[in-house]
Amino acid sequence: MGAVAATFEMAGFRALLELADDALILGHRLSEWCGHAPTLEEDLALANMGLDLLGQARALYAHAGEIEGKGRGEDDLAFLRRERDYVNCLLVERPNGDFAATMARQLYFAAFMHPFWRAIAASSNDATLAGIAAKAEKEMAYHLRHCGEWVIRLGDGTAESARRMQAAVDELHRYTGELFEASPVREKAVADGLLPDPGTVRAEWERTIAMVFSQAGLTAPEVRVPQSGGREGLHGEDMGHLLAEMQFMQRAYPGLTW
Amino acid sequence: MTATTAPTADLDLARARSVASRVPDPEVPCVTVADLGILRGVERDADGTIVVRLTPTYSGCPAVVAIEMAVQAALLDAGIDARIERVLSPAWTTDWISAEGREKLRAYGIAPPVGASGGRRAFFAEERIACPRCGSEATSRISEFGSTACKAHYRCDACAEPFDYFKCI
Ligand SMILES: [Zn+2]
Repeated sequence: MGAVAATFEMAGFRALLELADDALILGHRLSEWCGHAPTLEEDLALANMGLDLLGQARALYAHAGEIEGKGRGEDDLAFLRRERDYVNCLLVERPNGDFAATMARQLYFAAFMHPFWRAIAASSNDATLAGIAAKAEKEMAYHLRHCGEWVIRLGDGTAESARRMQAAVDELHRYTGELFEASPVREKAVADGLLPDPGTVRAEWERTIAMVFSQAGLTAPEVRVPQSGGREGLHGEDMGHLLAEMQFMQRAYPGLTW
Repeated sequence: MTATTAPTADLDLARARSVASRVPDPEVPCVTVADLGILRGVERDADGTIVVRLTPTYSGCPAVVAIEMAVQAALLDAGIDARIERVLSPAWTTDWISAEGREKLRAYGIAPPVGASGGRRAFFAEERIACPRCGSEATSRISEFGSTACKAHYRCDACAEPFDYFKCI
């Protein structure tokens, strides 16, 4: 049993793992665009954003491994866990879809992480996490602006781009509630002062999304069945395919290094 | 104080500081790690080992390891054994780039960061970035994300040259 069965005492480790898994899985998704983006500039942008997220994940895994104290390093945590042990939210593992879906997914995530990293940097009693957060906040500000501009451009563009942008939002909005969900383990980490409750940035997230949607001419869909479970290790079918590709080298050649 | 009781100057440490601070950034070789403000300090630890503390610019900066190796190699060349330590806190921002470093960037053809870290820009807001070649502020952003994580790509509408802008973060 891995992260999912983490004991209450390991709340700090588990909370860092949630942040790290979100960054790793979304960073991997963005890397899938490499060489396939609509323009060269966008290829660079997606690769750069993916790189930011992978860098955040590395620092978070290394720190999580220190807190866990069992000798697991960043590669062990990133590549050698089973699907049920990943605690990323479902939003980040959703397939890339078309460019509109990738931009919607990134907007939803960046609009959450930008204020959340800022709050962590301001309040965490863990100096290393606060340092990671201070840097990540600035990186997410770029993601938020870049993707927000694209969502507005596409939503307010041609009939076809508007149709696709609205379809992306309709598909992905149901996954956003999970970003703010509380769990007993998370509440313990919050009580310990490691990080604030993600619910505290919900109002800012809602304001950002409403502002972008109003400029884009998009409508937030009514979510009848919110999707969650990622924090408990319950993932969608696409996650297995992602891990198969991402873990291949470490599974085929254990201990491989560059 | 007499000569016998005065603390001896730590010449090796002084030399390590001087060697480390002159190592150029591998991706932007016109500036040194000291100019960029990513060299956080060179001290002796409790065991007397010289410790060089470096901090990354961006979380995913692929040059982090190259920079650490370059500093280590420069010190070894100078006959100095040192340990490299990566520090994450406080996080680096472009405010750490020295005035001299900014001027070196401009002379090299990279527009230095404009404004102080932490400034927020609205959607679609354009910054006024001066062309590092002709100085004109009639420039256009081609891409927010350029050849490396720390740069954006611009074009000068006056002299028609493309150039990199060292993003303000
Ligand atoms: Zn010019």
